[in-house]
Amino acid sequence: MTPIRKRRLGKIFLLVCGVSTALGLALTALQENINLFFTPSQIIAGEVPEGIFIRAGGLVEKGSLVRTTDSLELQFSITDGDRNILVKYKGILPDLFREGQGVVALGKLNQDKVLQADQILAKHDENYMPPEAAHALKEASAANQLTKPLEDNGK
Amino acid sequence: MIPELGLLSLILALCIAVMQAIIPLLGAAYKDPQWMGLAKSASWGQLTFITFSFACLGYSLLTDDFSVAYVAHNSNSLLPWYYKFSAIWAAHEGSLLLWVWILSFWMTAVSLSGKQLPESMLARVLAVMSMISIGFLLLLIITSNPFSRLLLNTPVEGQDLNPLLQHIGLIFHPPILYTGYVGFSVVFAFAIAALLDGRLDGAWARWSRPWTLTAWAFLGMGITLGSWWAYAELGWGSWWFWDPVENASFMPWLVGAALIHSLVATEKRGTFKSWTVLMAIATFSLSLLGTFLVRSGVLTSVHAFAADPARGVFVLTFLLLVIGGSLTLFAVRAPTLKSHIGFGLLSRETLLLVNNVLLTVAAGTILLGTLYPLILDALIGTKLSVGPPYFNFMFVPTMALLMIAVAIGVLTKWKDTSFNKLKHLLTPILFISFFLAAVVAMLQQRLNLAAVSCVLLASIVILAGVRDIFDKTRHRGLLKGIAGLGRSYWSMQLAHLGFVVCAVGAVLATIGSSEREARMVPGSAIELEGYYFQFEGTRQSQGPNYISDLGLVKVLRDGQEVAVLHPEKRIYPTRQSVMTEAGIQAGFIRDYFVALGEPLGGGAWAVRVQIKPFVRWIWFGALMMALGGLMAASDGRYRMLSRLRSFGSRAFGTQS
Repeated sequence: MTPIRKRRLGKIFLLVCGVSTALGLALTALQENINLFFTPSQIIAGEVPEGIFIRAGGLVEKGSLVRTTDSLELQFSITDGDRNILVKYKGILPDLFREGQGVVALGKLNQDKVLQADQILAKHDENYMPPEAAHALKEASAANQLTKPLEDNGK
Repeated sequence: MIPELGLLSLILALCIAVMQAIIPLLGAAYKDPQWMGLAKSASWGQLTFITFSFACLGYSLLTDDFSVAYVAHNSNSLLPWYYKFSAIWAAHEGSLLLWVWILSFWMTAVSLSGKQLPESMLARVLAVMSMISIGFLLLLIITSNPFSRLLLNTPVEGQDLNPLLQHIGLIFHPPILYTGYVGFSVVFAFAIAALLDGRLDGAWARWSRPWTLTAWAFLGMGITLGSWWAYAELGWGSWWFWDPVENASFMPWLVGAALIHSLVATEKRGTFKSWTVLMAIATFSLSLLGTFLVRSGVLTSVHAFAADPARGVFVLTFLLLVIGGSLTLFAVRAPTLKSHIGFGLLSRETLLLVNNVLLTVAAGTILLGTLYPLILDALIGTKLSVGPPYFNFMFVPTMALLMIAVAIGVLTKWKDTSFNKLKHLLTPILFISFFLAAVVAMLQQRLNLAAVSCVLLASIVILAGVRDIFDKTRHRGLLKGIAGLGRSYWSMQLAHLGFVVCAVGAVLATIGSSEREARMVPGSAIELEGYYFQFEGTRQSQGPNYISDLGLVKVLRDGQEVAVLHPEKRIYPTRQSVMTEAGIQAGFIRDYFVALGEPLGGGAWAVRVQIKPFVRWIWFGALMMALGGLMAASDGRYRMLSRLRSFGSRAFGTQS
């Protein structure tokens, strides 16, 4: 092998090593940081292992929001029309959080199947809306929308 | 009538685009100067008709013509005129129009710079750009017509512009961002034209460098604006979310950064020829992907996107044609691009290669994290999201390595650098930097490794830059030498410094931020890091198309008032939507940030207060990088802008 080829082979070898290390790391990190989405029905059916971070979504049940008077702790339940689960959260709710609207909560389940949420996402705008909430929202809002044009305005 | 004229004008532009995509290519193949020359006038034709169409949409928006569906969905008669106009690019159809409009500007600009290009090259470049234009015009006309009407049930009032978009950010962010996205089509067209021509020499790189730098700078400014907008408007005080929308613009920026570096190697040394072409294709493909990710609705719902046969299929086909077509051409032509120029293991070429690998890996991991949920959802219907920890875990170490590469890269020479020379240059830098890092570590009450390594790396990069200035001027003396270093050298220094400033800002803002949420009644105060945030209550106020609760929060330290903030809670009646407008006092060292949550009755509010150290540095650094790019693009060596200017003033004095 000529020295040039040898060097070229060395470079290719380094490149392959680097790329595969990066890819391996990326896939591992990806596996550890995905948050699966579950509906209330799936949660009640016991499909969710305890203690892992999940996303749960549905509509906020009307009249279920209960606040405490002295702190920002609150709870509400979310429903998919069939089953519902209780969500506990401490902090400020997003602007578009409303009873009867779609919401996605990020957090962990405890033994009583209560979701202790770290973050609540409501429909913020088309760009910042989690796709899961969109589905729930679409069905929920279909009734009270203004005259919907033939085509989606697709933002 | 006006909307119909707008559509007609788009169709005429399409006819011209088809002509411009075919005839100049034939002209270049048969060496017919007239056929090649057609490309220039056709570019002007496209610019004229698309501008007219753009103006038509603007007119419909400004005159509240709610019979136009796009206007009805994105505007309202109460909206201030500047938001009415900006609504042109607030949604899918109008954004595409903005895209193709900007493309026609870039095409015309390239045609003006034509004097220094061989005629066949110019003809091919403009033809390739016109092919992209055809794709977008077809998309506009067939599936996303911004002028379609609601004649049967014309609403009396529009649905209003999304309140989140009613911010000065909307006016500037999309046009600047798109100028960047679309600008990469120039280097892409150059790459394809050179592949068609079969000649990829240094000249190709020299012609396309200023274009690429300009596009990259604009994209950077656009992203910066977007980040600042999210920080100011979303009310969370976060400046980067690793949201697909953000990633979509960040990926072409990263690969674009790799491209401008590999173009340097190709121009100056004739190395990395195939790689540079590949990067040019990748950058533009990611720009296209970014446009569609954000604007096609695929993020909102994969299924709705895939189910809309016209738009979804069109977009996927277009992407496939552009990426597949250019890669096929590359595969056919690449074997002829052998470069026989070797370089040593320790040389600037190697460091630029390292830079390219790191930036590509960074973009690749972001691409993986962004597309993974979409692909999984489309294939097997599993719904999941990839959290920010993934992106941080992958991105931050890559950037740390990149900083080391920057420091060494600046100090190395083309072709070969002796190890001893490099050691001689680097030793004092490393010594001082480790000393500084140790001092910082000692000063900290609680050791924070991120902060210490950040200081270490920042200091290494900055000192390496300074050291290089001294090294470069050692023969002529510092003062004389500095004057002779040239604009592109200084622009490189500026951009690298910007990178450091941005990185330091990002690290310090992330680890140093503190935040508290509390229930506050008027007159009460909460403490955060020695600052007292005193809530003085809210009062009602009336905006043009909203009602708001305007709060007043005073920030005190040791009894002294350091800031007065006006957080706001707005209600936009048209969409019944609520918006939080954070009260922010910006500062060089820290930002004070207050957002109102919900009213809790009895004048009490849920309030979030934050102190964000060095957050401005992130945007300031990013702007320095962009400025560096623009400075390098205007380097006299290219004679691009100056010729463009003289030619432009001679032939098209009124327009330019």
